[in-house]
Amino acid sequence: MTREIKTNSNLEKVLASGAFAVTGELGPPRHCSAHEVVEKAKHLVGNVDSVNITDNQTAVVRMSSLAAGILAQKEGLEANMQMVCRDRNRIAMQSDILGAAALGINNLLCLSGDHQKFGDHPQSKNVFDVDSINLIEMVRTMRDDGKLLSGQELPPDGRPKIFIGAAYNPFADPEDYRVHRVAKKVAAGVDFLQSQCIYDMARFRKFMAKAVDMGLTEKAYFLAGVTPLKALGMARYMKNNVPGIIVPDELIERLKGVPKEKQADEGIKIACEQIEEFKEMKGVAGVHLMLIEWEHMVPRFVQEAKLTPRPKL
Amino acid sequence: MIIAERKPIEEIKGFIEGKKKVLLVGCRGCVTVCNAGGTKEVGILASLLRLDAQKEGRELTVDEFTLERQCDPEYIEELLEMVEKKYDAILSMACSVGPQFLTRRYPKEKVYPSLNTCFIGGALAHGIWAEHCQACGNCIIHNFGGMCPISRCSKSLMNGPCGGSSGGVCEISKEVECIWHLIANKVMEENRLDDFAPVQPIKDWSSSRDGGPRKIVREELVK
Amino acid sequence: MSEDFEPKIIAFCCQYCAYSAADMAGSMRLQYPSNVEIVLIPCTGRFDVILALKALECGADGVYVAGCLEGNCHFLDGNIRAKKRVAYLQNEIKKIGIEPERLAMFNLSASQGPRFAEIVNDFSGVIKGLGPSPTKKKLAA
Repeated sequence: MTREIKTNSNLEKVLASGAFAVTGELGPPRHCSAHEVVEKAKHLVGNVDSVNITDNQTAVVRMSSLAAGILAQKEGLEANMQMVCRDRNRIAMQSDILGAAALGINNLLCLSGDHQKFGDHPQSKNVFDVDSINLIEMVRTMRDDGKLLSGQELPPDGRPKIFIGAAYNPFADPEDYRVHRVAKKVAAGVDFLQSQCIYDMARFRKFMAKAVDMGLTEKAYFLAGVTPLKALGMARYMKNNVPGIIVPDELIERLKGVPKEKQADEGIKIACEQIEEFKEMKGVAGVHLMLIEWEHMVPRFVQEAKLTPRPKL
Repeated sequence: MIIAERKPIEEIKGFIEGKKKVLLVGCRGCVTVCNAGGTKEVGILASLLRLDAQKEGRELTVDEFTLERQCDPEYIEELLEMVEKKYDAILSMACSVGPQFLTRRYPKEKVYPSLNTCFIGGALAHGIWAEHCQACGNCIIHNFGGMCPISRCSKSLMNGPCGGSSGGVCEISKEVECIWHLIANKVMEENRLDDFAPVQPIKDWSSSRDGGPRKIVREELVK
Repeated sequence: MSEDFEPKIIAFCCQYCAYSAADMAGSMRLQYPSNVEIVLIPCTGRFDVILALKALECGADGVYVAGCLEGNCHFLDGNIRAKKRVAYLQNEIKKIGIEPERLAMFNLSASQGPRFAEIVNDFSGVIKGLGPSPTKKKLAA
């Protein structure tokens, strides 16, 4: 699958080359010490093609995704800066996009954002001036049409060359509508999509078959989201408490079947099996690894999942 | 209608601390219908305040009066005779328009809001009200199967349910229905996915509060 | 609190059950305190919080509502509604420092004359234990 290269993004190059892409995730610290970003980045360098820098995830105040992204890029990673619609209006968003591009950010993941009710500032006012699909369209217009939302023209050398990403979640409801929501993201101009953590493979297969059928995978790259289960407790927690994540009972049973100290290994084994299937699955262009607060496991994990070495393009 | 609820009694007690003569003003508009500030609720609050004063051995007169509406000057005018009786505090039991109109007409009076104005909504059943409108000033519910995603989606999303929609409820609470779940299901049932495919344009919020406080002037009605 | 405190109690009684039970208690010559004033209501669904508030304002030390057994209301759910209203008002008076126990809801059938006498005795005992309504204490002092 070869497509026109629109940006300087390494992720885009890897995807366009037809290689199976790998993206990671790095959560910025809840303080301003750059050290933590640098430490987390060390585990990811050379193991992923690009790394998502979360934007105040779960509505908890953290170092900005732009700043942490720049710090990560200094360490040799390519940042995929996340941007949520919760905290900024269209003025701030366009401004940050211009700034990010000026500082060398090549990828932007457009998200609605978790509601602040979950975070550390539930008293705050949210924005949601634009939604994630509007945001995709806005970035695309800035890049391809050289225009701000206001119609203000951007000079040819002043257009943000951003590889545009978004999220998709086949496990949220209503199930049958999910692929149509992704179709809207594709219509809005998204270049790549990363999914929520996948555990229910049957539902994912069904979803991907539909996406392929609708021609969506020809227009955007679909990455499959993987989070190895660390323990039975985590599996149960995700099953019961995280809206939009489905953990099938078989997985719970499988983890139950191994002693506690071996559950992390089993979780990794399960994830590796999933990745083997994704490599072969029609329409899946790569994986998005979310080893949340488990970054040090990335080097071992990518090796066991046979995802390294990463292509140098 | 405007849905309101009475402030906690402790807060209202704070308003009238040290005051001896208080007027409670109800409203026969929305807040009567939503059982927050009609004649009956005025009576209950007045009684509670009197009991509280009796308990503390404190002198307190609480008079009760309910106006047809508190959002029209001609009804506010009807309160003049009462206001002339000189109260230490006037507690409006209307939505927040009421105390503001009272303040405007009787600027020397100490006017307090006894209700919290909550939202524009309707009664799902007796005793249960839900938000249905955010007064964005440019109604587009016909684009969404007759349902408003601006007021009824926690994130005011315009292009479908977010990844937190699960089992028909919103990620913020199992008590909040996911309006996008309902919209999407309706669209699918009606086989209208194609009509629904185009991306909804970025909302123009200038007709909403974001454009500044709003005002409507209908020349043909202005005297 | 004086030993000879005789509480003033108002009982809102449904005509289909509690009121008849009170009648029966009377004809059976059962002993119960005379300090309860019975107010006939067509159904406890007619009970409104303002009625109890007015009673308290006028010096009642305790107020209770007596309706049919749950599931036996002649108007289906009048007694369930009354129960909720009593609970609501208990919460409200608590916030202004009046003991919520001064309000109560009882359920009984028309044939339960002895039960009626028992309720009056028990509730009267509770109110005696609480003493005069706090709204009267200060005035007396």
